[in-house]
Amino acid sequence: MPDALLDVENLHTYIGQHHILQGVSLRIRPDTVTVLLGRNGAGKTTTMRTIMGVLHPRGGTIRFEGRAIHDLPPYDIARLGIGYVPEGQGIFATLTVDENLRVAALAQDAHSRERLTRIFELFPDLDRYRHARAGTLSGGQKQMLSIARAFINPNRLLLIDEPSKGLAPIIVEHLIGALHAMKQHATVLLVEQNFAMASAIGDEFYLIDDGRTVHHGTMAALAADHALKKKYLGI
Amino acid sequence: MNRRGLAVAGVLVLLLLPLAFIEPRTYLTLTVAGLAMGMLIFLVASGLTLIFGLMDVLNFAHGALFSWGAYAGFSATLLLNQRWRWAESPSVAANTLLLLVAIAAAVVITLLLGTLVERVIVRPVYGQHLFQILITLGATIVLEELIRIVWGPNDQVMPVPITFQGSWDVADIVVLRFPVIAIGLGALVYAGMQLLLNRTRVGLIVRAGVENREMVEVMGHNIYRYFTAVFAVGSALAGIGGLMWGMFSQSVRPTMGGEQLIFAFIVVIIGGLGSVTGSLVGALLVGLSYNYVAFLVPKAAIGVNMALMVLILLFRPTGLFTAGK
Repeated sequence: MPDALLDVENLHTYIGQHHILQGVSLRIRPDTVTVLLGRNGAGKTTTMRTIMGVLHPRGGTIRFEGRAIHDLPPYDIARLGIGYVPEGQGIFATLTVDENLRVAALAQDAHSRERLTRIFELFPDLDRYRHARAGTLSGGQKQMLSIARAFINPNRLLLIDEPSKGLAPIIVEHLIGALHAMKQHATVLLVEQNFAMASAIGDEFYLIDDGRTVHHGTMAALAADHALKKKYLGI
Repeated sequence: MNRRGLAVAGVLVLLLLPLAFIEPRTYLTLTVAGLAMGMLIFLVASGLTLIFGLMDVLNFAHGALFSWGAYAGFSATLLLNQRWRWAESPSVAANTLLLLVAIAAAVVITLLLGTLVERVIVRPVYGQHLFQILITLGATIVLEELIRIVWGPNDQVMPVPITFQGSWDVADIVVLRFPVIAIGLGALVYAGMQLLLNRTRVGLIVRAGVENREMVEVMGHNIYRYFTAVFAVGSALAGIGGLMWGMFSQSVRPTMGGEQLIFAFIVVIIGGLGSVTGSLVGALLVGLSYNYVAFLVPKAAIGVNMALMVLILLFRPTGLFTAGK
């Protein structure tokens, strides 16, 4: 499948002494939402951090638009057009909402202003609290800010790690709507424990267990496969 | 009124308290001297608040860079004075130019040394405090010995331009001239740092990086390049502090930096780690209380900084201000 936007092959990553990823492979096709599924500790976050260059793989390859990126530092990977929304949001609490967005925006031009307008349409709260310290926002607003920061650059790929974690159902609904809107502009790799949310926006899935890719297919097929869901996800 | 407001009000009351025991004119003289000493300490502490407070590097080499700044300025002053008599000349222009050249020499040398220290010594130990202490103490020894090799081991007299010597007598208050220059320079440095941190994109990225280094990196910024720059600027501030201190005390010696470093650490801690305003307020508090106490109870002067630190940390365990402001 040469048309993959991101092609991860047989990834091996260690954290300290621990062999966390023991052969993760993914192919993400452009303009799709791919969901990374698996139990807690399966290696989903580690996979994202390895793609982003925060962790360095000991084996395997990562190609983005055909280019090997597994030896690049995170700041170079980000500039190739990959946006990252980490687990726990990673917002700068002492900076204002506006400053958070300005740190993220790699270019200050007409395009970024247009994207900012679109962000404020999707998340009106961010506009309202633009000059408030990000640390004073609610959990949902922090998540919106975190996603907005990744969306302000014309990124081809967004890595979004557990956006629904700890959020009220009504906020999750709002996030699903926003991610649907973003699908039009970027390819998404999503880690999501909330299966309802995952199946609402996911096109394809990869299932990771004990640091290995064990299954992949379309989200629709997974939703119908009760045996598979029970075996790996306990649902 | 919040806790910080209360703390600030309490501090003001403490500073006015000596008025009960000192006659007003003496009090004002002591106040000017205290402000000047505070500003000189601020120059050293401002660099340290960037490096220790913002970047979380326990940099014990800051004192050695302070000494290098003093010696670089000393050499420039000596050279210009031998050739054109700029220090002894009654011309205010020549005197001022001499001071500016000396500052420039101190800045250039400490910028270069700071960059070198960050690249070679500090970079491998980011996030590891114990290693930072050990290796920067090692760097201190090397830098101090280098001073002894280049300039000799003994104290030397720092020439001070005539314009900045002596004092003005304003309404019976003795106002030493050089300290006034130091107060002005300190205020300029403070304004410059506030501008850089709060009004520029570089300052914004540095503040963000202090809070979450990894996040800034995954946003496409090479945070280490920013940290090198911050470290170099912090070192240059130490260099300016060293030069000004050398002129204030009219002497330079290889160990001068180590003696000031402890003041700087105290100031950075009571001001709040990473806060430039905190360093300014902390430095002024240290300078003022030292002068009042030294006048009233000379024997207690040595302990007053520690007492001040204990008192402030008792009420505000994280210091007077928060980072990045």
